[in-house]
This record gives sequence, structure tokens and C-alpha cells, in this order.
Amino acid sequence: MSLTTPPVAASRWARFRDSDILASFLKSKVTMAAAFVVLMLFVGAAFSPWLAPTNPFDPASVFLSDSMIPPAWQDGGDPRFILGTDDQGRDLYSAILYGMRVSLIVGGLGCLLAAVIGITLGLLAGYLGGRVDSIIMRIADVQLTFPAILIALLIDGVVRGLFKNASREDTAIYVLVVSIGLSFWVQYARTIRGSTLVERNKDYVMAARLVGLPAPLIMLRHVLPNVIGPVLVILTINLGLAVITEATLSFLGVGLPPTQPSLGTLISIGNRYLFSGDWWIVAFPGVTLAALVLAVNLLGDWLRDALNPRLR
Amino acid sequence: MLAFILRRLFQSLIVMLSVALIAFAMFRFVGDPVNQIVSLDTPAEQVRQIRQSLGLDDPFLVQFARYIYNAARLEFGVSYQFRLPVISLLGERAPATLELAFCSALFSLLVGIPMGVYTALNRDSWLAKLFQAISLIGISLPTFLIGILLIYLFSVTLGWLPSFGRGDVVKIGSWWTTGLLTVSGLKALILPSITLGLFQMTLIMRLVRAEMLEVLRADYIKFARARGLTTRAVHFGHALKNTLVPVITIAGLQLGSIIAFAIITETVFQWPGMGQLFLRSVQNVDIPIMAAYLMLISFLFVSINLMVDLLYAMVDPRLRATVGAH
Repeated sequence: MSLTTPPVAASRWARFRDSDILASFLKSKVTMAAAFVVLMLFVGAAFSPWLAPTNPFDPASVFLSDSMIPPAWQDGGDPRFILGTDDQGRDLYSAILYGMRVSLIVGGLGCLLAAVIGITLGLLAGYLGGRVDSIIMRIADVQLTFPAILIALLIDGVVRGLFKNASREDTAIYVLVVSIGLSFWVQYARTIRGSTLVERNKDYVMAARLVGLPAPLIMLRHVLPNVIGPVLVILTINLGLAVITEATLSFLGVGLPPTQPSLGTLISIGNRYLFSGDWWIVAFPGVTLAALVLAVNLLGDWLRDALNPRLR
Repeated sequence: MLAFILRRLFQSLIVMLSVALIAFAMFRFVGDPVNQIVSLDTPAEQVRQIRQSLGLDDPFLVQFARYIYNAARLEFGVSYQFRLPVISLLGERAPATLELAFCSALFSLLVGIPMGVYTALNRDSWLAKLFQAISLIGISLPTFLIGILLIYLFSVTLGWLPSFGRGDVVKIGSWWTTGLLTVSGLKALILPSITLGLFQMTLIMRLVRAEMLEVLRADYIKFARARGLTTRAVHFGHALKNTLVPVITIAGLQLGSIIAFAIITETVFQWPGMGQLFLRSVQNVDIPIMAAYLMLISFLFVSINLMVDLLYAMVDPRLRATVGAH
């Protein structure tokens, strides 16, 4: 280990420009394409109120007489609705933009909640050790044997049983975020616990303890910054999983209601009309969902490899 | 060895007890069981009597013990929505789910292993790259989307295969029904099995590929080649045989998640199985069914895990020492 002071930090941008990460990004065409797709979809989701030609959830602008219009390039298509309309006369293109926004918000918040729970429990388990450690890790082991979707379904059912009186429209998003958060925390906890175990015995933690800092402060201010790195990769990979979980729950009819549809809800609506040949209601949200998840997964895979020093 | 078996049995018991505690807590505290029986204008005195007769006033531990005792006898109470014993509802639908799970596991093994072997042996061929791409898509696409795609292709457009239900089923014994003996039953199994097995198939393919690549570098493979054995004998007699142990383990462990993932497939194909029942119980907050399903699935998971561990310990003495150590 060298004790010389590092050269005066170049500007952040210069450091990023010279880093291996940027180089490996520019080398992989697939990754660049994936990043482009993700960027497009994120922008579409973020600015949907301005990009969408109509507001599909404003009853005043939706007419039942416009229902089930095929995409504009097909016979009977209407130039007002590029991708056609659904069973309630909503413009499908606008509905997809708004739906993607809902999907990403739910998936993203669910991921963040999972990360917060996982990091907290992982820090506690790794730093405190002993009984706390074995209890937390035993729970993690048990939960890991069950598929996330099953846990999410159970939590969904329980939460809705507990808050029976609240209307579904108001609670649906929170229920989903909690279900996803509680189903995905294990991976974070295990990773953080592993690196906390290593950090705990290092000199700077000893020093902090000797100074008499309280344990929560040591965990948050000193250990956490040194173990947080790998979380970024898990976060990216789990975003795809979380979006799929949300879509699956919505498809199964226990997620978001048709009044505020996510991509999964749109697919579930479209699935009912598949047999009458109205393929577009299910096809376009389906393709969007697939593209989103595939691109996020590709980015996640790349990030994992790029940040892994052993693979460089 | 006996100590190891006992320790593992004890651990499994603890896991089952904690799952039972969760199931019991759901059963007892989410939606008061009494509210499901009485109506709004039942006199308070009667509510109290019902409460007493159901044993809801007993201490928590007594109630929990009673719940476990009943669960061990497969009595999970009465469904709120169907007004029938939960166990008969689940038992009636179990054959459909188990048959589907079995067929999709078979599909994932029979297709996944050859694909994995091929991609490992011909790493640079275009077919291997195609398989790799398919596996990436198989992992990224949500199960229900694959199901919808297959239905649109083979049922709506081509009209070859049915899109819902089990077809004609034959009754075997007192309660088992099978779709494996009729043409329409077999046809109905194809699409759901593929949908359910696709994820596992890609998993197995990737695993076989990785293991094969690893094994092919081993010394005994070089030695086998040096002995002048045919490539065929080396690849299939030596390499594949040694990759199959971890593959079969993973496949065994995945059997539980296949049954859990059947919830989605059963919904897409309107398959009359346990998963569909569970989903309906989640939608209607029918706690007895949810709790019973949770218990059954965990029992399945725990038994499979236990069996795999014990088999491993039998095969590999080193494991006994290390597992026993902590």
C-alpha cells in the first residue's frame, strides 16, 4: 500500500473520461443500444403528460365511440390514434406512456424500499453479529427459498386484508411498493453483511469506536460509505425484476386497477380481447415491457462486469 | 452422520414452525374469523359465544398449538368464499398442478440439457449464439407474456392447440384426475408446460453450459483424450456425466418454484389448479386458503431441501464435516 498522497484530483469529468467504465461502455454496441432504449423509455415515462397526445385518464377526453380502433396503418385505423385504442376508447400510445410511468415509479420505489430494508438489516447483522446476525440471516435464508412473486402475492393479500376499508385505487401503489420491497431485500442484506463483516475489523472502525462514537453513527457514517458500492449493481439488476413483478401482479389482477393502469394492467386488459383478433391492445404494451426489461437487464449485466475488477 | 441428519431435521422443523406461525398469524389476525361467520346484526352475546366455541379466547400459545395440531392432520379450516373445507378444495386441484409441474420440469430437462451441451461444445457456431440469445430473452420476458405469445401463435393464429383448460381428463382412483391419457388432455398440456418450463430451461441450459466448460478443462478429460478415447466417449461418458450432479440438484430445488410459478401459468391458461385457487383467495382475501397454500408449499420446499442436503451428505463425506461445523 502506498502512503503517498494521491495526485491532486482531476475534475470529476476528466476522471470519468479516463476511466475503464466509459471505455468498456463505448466498446460494447449492445450496451450502448440498451442504454439508448432505456433512456428513451425513461424520458417517455418522465414526460408522458407532455408527450402523450391525449390524457387517457381524463374522462372528458375519452369517448366510448372511439373504442377498439386498430392502429393507424391498418384498415379502419384513425390517424388520431397511432397505436389504436383499447376497450374504453383510450389512446393506446398515451396509455402506454402513462402506464410505463406507473410501472417505473412502482418498480423503482419498490427497489429503493428493498435496498433500504436490506442495507439496514445487513449493516445491523454484520456490525452487531451474534444473535441479531443469526436471526436476520435465518429469516433471509428462509425467505430466499420462496420465489419473490409468491411472497409478493401473500403480502398483497395480507395488506389488503388489513386495510379492507380503504379504496383500492388509493392503496394499490403503496401495497405494490411494500410487496416488492419486502420480497427483494434479501440480496442487499447478504451483500452488505458480507462486506460489513470485513470492514468491521479494520482500523478506522476501531478508531471510531475508541473515540467513543455511538454504534449507529459508526455504521452510517463510517461503514456504510465503504460497503455501498455493490448495491448499485444489484439495484440495476433488480429494477428489471421489480418491473416484471409489478407487471405480473397487475396482470394477475391484484396490482394496479384499470383506472390507473400500468403496463401489466394494459396487457391484462388486452389479453381479454386477444381471441377476437384485437391484437394491438396486448401487443404494444407487451413489446414495451419486454424492451424495457431486456434493456435494463443488459445494462445491469454490463455494469456488473464493468465494475468487477477481476473481469477487466 | 446421525447427528447431522438430526440437526438438519431439527432445522427444517424450526423453519416449518416459523412458517406455521406466520400462517397462523394471518389466519388469526388478518380479518377476524368471527366476522366472516356472523352478520352485522348478530347480537353481541351470540358473537361472544361463537368466539368462545371457536376457542378464540384461549391464550395465544394454546391457539397456535391447536392450529399446528390441525394442520398436521391437514385440517386448515373452511374457506370463506366457498364454505368448503380448504383441504378438499386444494386436493381436488392438486393433480392438475402437479401434472403441469411434472411435464414442464421434464420439458426443461429434455430441452435444456442438450442445448447446454451443444452451446458448450460448439461455442462459436451461430446456432449456439442463437441459443444464448434465446436464453437471454427467456430470462427477461415475464412468464405471462410468453404464455400470451404462445396462445396468440398456436391457438388464435394457427389453431393447433387449445388455449385454456385441461381437455378431457380420466379419473384414476378416488381423487386423482389425469390429462395424460387422452389426446385432448395431452394437447392441452403442451402450451402451459412450455410456458412454465421456459425459465427453468434457460436456467438449466446456462448451468450445463458453464459446468461443461469447467469440466472440459479438467485433467481427467485431458487424460481421457490422451488415452485415445473417442471424442464422443469423452464428451458424453466423462464430461456430461460429471456435470449432471449439480444440474440435477438445481433442477430438484427448482421443482418447488415451478409449482409456485404455476400461479401465473395457470391464470394465463385458465388451468384448474391450486395456483388459480390461491390467486382467487388473494383477490378475495380468503385467508384460510392462503395460509394452507403457504403451509403446503413450504412443506414441499423444506422437504426437497432436506432431501437434497441428505443425499449430498451421503455422496460427499466432506460436506458432513463442514455443515456440521457451524
